[in-house]
Amino acid sequence: MKTIRIGCGAGFSGDRIEPAVELAAQGALDYLVFECLAERTIAQAQQAKSRDPRTGYDPLLEDRVEAVLPACCERHTRIITNMGAANPVAAAEVVKNVARRLGLRGLSVAAVTGDDVLELVTAGEYVIVETGEPVAALGGRLVSANAYIGAEPIVEAISRGADVVITGRAADPSLFVAAQAYEFGWPADAWSQLGRATLVGHLLECAGQVTGGYFADPGYKDVADLSRLGFPIAEVPEYGAVVITKVPGSGGRVTAATCKEQLLYEIHDPAAYMTPDTVADFSAVRIWEVGPDRVAVDGGTGRPRPDVLKVSLGYRDGYIGEGQISYAGPGAVERARLAMCVVAQRLRLTGVASDELRCDLIGADALHGETLSATRGHPYEVRLRVAARTQTLRAAQRIGNEVEALYTNGPAAGGGATKSTREVMSLATTLVPRHLVSCAVSCEVL
Amino acid sequence: MTLRTIAHSRSGDKGIMINISLIAFDQRDYPRLVRHVTAARVKALFAELADGDVTRYELPLIGALNFVLHRLIGGGVTRTLAIDGHGKSLSSALLEMEIPDED
Repeated sequence: MKTIRIGCGAGFSGDRIEPAVELAAQGALDYLVFECLAERTIAQAQQAKSRDPRTGYDPLLEDRVEAVLPACCERHTRIITNMGAANPVAAAEVVKNVARRLGLRGLSVAAVTGDDVLELVTAGEYVIVETGEPVAALGGRLVSANAYIGAEPIVEAISRGADVVITGRAADPSLFVAAQAYEFGWPADAWSQLGRATLVGHLLECAGQVTGGYFADPGYKDVADLSRLGFPIAEVPEYGAVVITKVPGSGGRVTAATCKEQLLYEIHDPAAYMTPDTVADFSAVRIWEVGPDRVAVDGGTGRPRPDVLKVSLGYRDGYIGEGQISYAGPGAVERARLAMCVVAQRLRLTGVASDELRCDLIGADALHGETLSATRGHPYEVRLRVAARTQTLRAAQRIGNEVEALYTNGPAAGGGATKSTREVMSLATTLVPRHLVSCAVSCEVL
Repeated sequence: MTLRTIAHSRSGDKGIMINISLIAFDQRDYPRLVRHVTAARVKALFAELADGDVTRYELPLIGALNFVLHRLIGGGVTRTLAIDGHGKSLSSALLEMEIPDED
């Protein structure tokens, strides 16, 4: 029976580069997939593109492609990635330039477009899922609208001979589903196979998170050599159980436990994982170890896909200003709390308008809140963090300035003050009929 | 004893919802998780952080539960003022939950 090998070379935009090089050289891969597009990344990329139409793709695209392309070409490993972000066409040009520089002739590079539906949603009467308000209510604050597209246009690109396929907002698992659908010749309504392929994609899409990354808890869950964490490989036969593994000798570990954690990562109802390709069902998945760093996974299936596509809307949502300062030793918590009150009063006294103000004591209650942290004793040192949401950049700057001014005006012995501001890009969701989103593939052979 | 002795956990977010998995190290301990870690207990544990319903999904074939917390206070990762806007650190709080030593 035919078996294909798919590796995942990145699980987010800033991921390590070396594990992908190791996969390309030693993974004996048919496909190397890079999943680099978080929900809000595309809105930021869209903003970059509006300032300069030659940009808007992943900032590490060139570095990643340059690092793996020679080995991928030599071993005929196809690359699939959503590093095109807001500009797959410009990203394809970057890849072609890298290939030319490396002297790789005959390489075929494809860009998949069509996920950008900003015109469609601004012209139509669409509703924001979270609030029930019309999309039009966002007005000029709306920056981007990208539909989560599925595997079909990627399959088309591969069948047209593409060695490298670059997409924008394709759904994460769809990048992996496409490789399997093409290799095994599944039609777009092979729901159970697409569900199983989605399971493979879901397990791989966060790269190191299935090979021992984000897992270690010393004394309870030990993982060796996290600094050389190996990224995952799926051995996918046409039917039956899939094996998750990694390059022998790399760091990390693949066990039933690492695979179970990743199976449920960012999953709500395990029987209804919605993707553009299928409604995948992971409720009957079984996971068992078949050898060192080799785990078998079986039982994923799927049902017919939804008639609508999820669209991620990015919109400008004011600013966040922030300041931090640390206190240590006896009375650290009391001085930090005094400082917190001083900043809050100063912001009131000086008329800094904020929609929301939040004060944390990092080291005490910043992550889990006062209730959960109340059972523990006082820490030796704490860091006060004040953050506020404002309508203007000027007001946001005032937050950090007030924290910094604690140096000479606040409680004793504060140290290490920092301040920052950022424009907030918020996300909302709408749904559009699938038939209104048409994708295109442009393919060029060097 | 705390859950950390018999189970492991990972959490992640989607918009204003968070999911927290709870997986038995030894599948034989799964029934204890089902008995003692109810949706109501998880909702109470995280009441300060999430104010919506908590749904529990059961996955007996892998010895795991999946909790979905609706309506994270302060909004999702893109707009919240919280440091851990994803709620990725919440798995550690769940593992601190006490359950009876012997059944």
